Amino acid sequence: MLKTAQQRGPGGSGSRLLKVVKSPLRRKTPAQGDTPFRWLTFFCSLLVPLVMLAIGAELIRSSWPAVKQFGWRFFFSQEWNPVLQEFGAFSSIFGTLVSTLIAMVIAVPLSLAIALFLVELAPPRISRTVGTSIELLAAVPSIIYGMWGLFVFAPFMANYVQPLLGETLGFLPLFQGPPMGIGMLTAGIILAFMVLPFISAITRDVFLLVPPVIKESAFGMGATTWEVTYKVTIPYGLVGIIGAVFLGLGRALGETMAVTFVIGNAHRISASLFSPGNTIASTLANEFSEATEPLYVSSLVALGLVLYLITYLVQVVSQMMLKRMYRAWSVGL
Amino acid sequence: MKLRPPTGRRATDLMVRIWAGASAFIGIVILFWILYVVIQRGLGAINLEFFTQLPTPPGTGGGGLANAILGTLVLTVAATLIAVPVGLMAGVYLAEFSEDSKIGDYSRFSANVLMGMPSIIVGVFAYTMMVVPLGHFSGYAGALALAILMLPVVTRTTEDMLRLVPNTLRESALALGAPRWKVTLVIVFRAAKGGLITGILLAVARVSGETAPLLFTALNSPYWFHSLSETTPNLTVTIFNYAMSPYPDWQQKAWGASLLITVGVLVITLLARFILREKKV
Repeated sequence: MLKTAQQRGPGGSGSRLLKVVKSPLRRKTPAQGDTPFRWLTFFCSLLVPLVMLAIGAELIRSSWPAVKQFGWRFFFSQEWNPVLQEFGAFSSIFGTLVSTLIAMVIAVPLSLAIALFLVELAPPRISRTVGTSIELLAAVPSIIYGMWGLFVFAPFMANYVQPLLGETLGFLPLFQGPPMGIGMLTAGIILAFMVLPFISAITRDVFLLVPPVIKESAFGMGATTWEVTYKVTIPYGLVGIIGAVFLGLGRALGETMAVTFVIGNAHRISASLFSPGNTIASTLANEFSEATEPLYVSSLVALGLVLYLITYLVQVVSQMMLKRMYRAWSVGL
Repeated sequence: MKLRPPTGRRATDLMVRIWAGASAFIGIVILFWILYVVIQRGLGAINLEFFTQLPTPPGTGGGGLANAILGTLVLTVAATLIAVPVGLMAGVYLAEFSEDSKIGDYSRFSANVLMGMPSIIVGVFAYTMMVVPLGHFSGYAGALALAILMLPVVTRTTEDMLRLVPNTLRESALALGAPRWKVTLVIVFRAAKGGLITGILLAVARVSGETAPLLFTALNSPYWFHSLSETTPNLTVTIFNYAMSPYPDWQQKAWGASLLITVGVLVITLLARFILREKKV
């Protein structure tokens, strides 16, 4: 099946597709216009890494005043006070990690199950329709999730889900406090819906790429669908699945608008998932256009730098995993 | 494989099947729940005024978001004009000229990383690059941020689509004496036309719903769009501002704008998929 780069996810090209071989008809001297054309395309493709590096360099430069002022304290201080010009990133970093963790805990099992459904269980027609619907979930803009989250899903959480959790699991500090709807848990759940299509799309490809012979041998031994998945498919495609999970992780870490709508935007840390918090991205979205003092702006950019570095790292892991998988599979079999 | 009573194994299998079916069902329910809510609440705000009038202060009623609709279109077109030529050329290099080149590998890798870069970071970048030096918010900064988000999508789809064009086509053209640039732009591009359009459409769909990179670049404005060198009205930031306001009539407008954006993005996405499918047959 033909897929676009986005659906297939990164790392998917190159080895799997045919390589442009050197033509035996290559000229001795390039035809007129060929050399400038080559250089033009070369510079355009060079622009992509340049933009990426420029983003990093610019963030470092602009966050320098804050880094110099606060040093390591910036990461561990909970204080965020524009009036006193005292800035610490701890609550934002904490919120980013917690909301992402909630999202992954929900999204990973769901995505794997959806991929399993699409590849092994559903008849082709249903699989296609369901697959398209799940992919459309990725196309819905972030701000629409925000609108739905704030006006529909948060009240739903406050009226039904949170009271239920409070009654059954209320002995845990995680689920204590008034059910307001808005807060860390709601943000995490919405994030899960948002990253789910990315993880399930790649996992579906991974499942599809497992050679049928291997699966059929297991089925021939009398294994059930679940046993084949658990003992053959998943171990076989583990590298790819990890890559997919990291890709989703990167998305969840940097997701902005939906989280900003529902997380409550409070610079504080709380044990309860029902209470409001904030993330790096939501702090930036809320405060950047209002920040006037240079140190305030610089501290916000420093927050952005933290997010840049985290997502860069996560992306690199994801790329490496997916590349390794595609390379191993195109050569190894 | 450990031997277990067959009923236990079959029961586990059945449970997993139910779980898998339920997961797929949850995914679909979420999609249609969102669509239903957006349509149900948005339709009420859509009327002729919505497309032709300027926004009004809260409580006065009437008015529309014509300026924001126009502004979003202009921003998207501007970003497309920057990103598409560069992305196409970058994709050409990766697909046609980058055999075993380290730069090509690094460029491909960067495009993949850039695709996963949070859009708000790109917004911060556009802010420090353009808004700070110029001293004011501007539509150009917003268009730049959107263009940066489009660039990797166009680059990667172009590369993938050009690689699908069979080499015999290139070789026949070269054998007729055509220069390499002509082979690429006239022969290979024509063969890959559907795929290239799909890539561009997907990139447009991706940025036309973006809010975060515009929050502190293009900002927003209640007036008509004049020029990209000042704050530019746009739908998505309008949704954010109106939804966060306590006024019901503004929130109603935010739902109308949400409906417009959702329909626009989904139609473009489905169109892109449709073109690709047509092409394949």
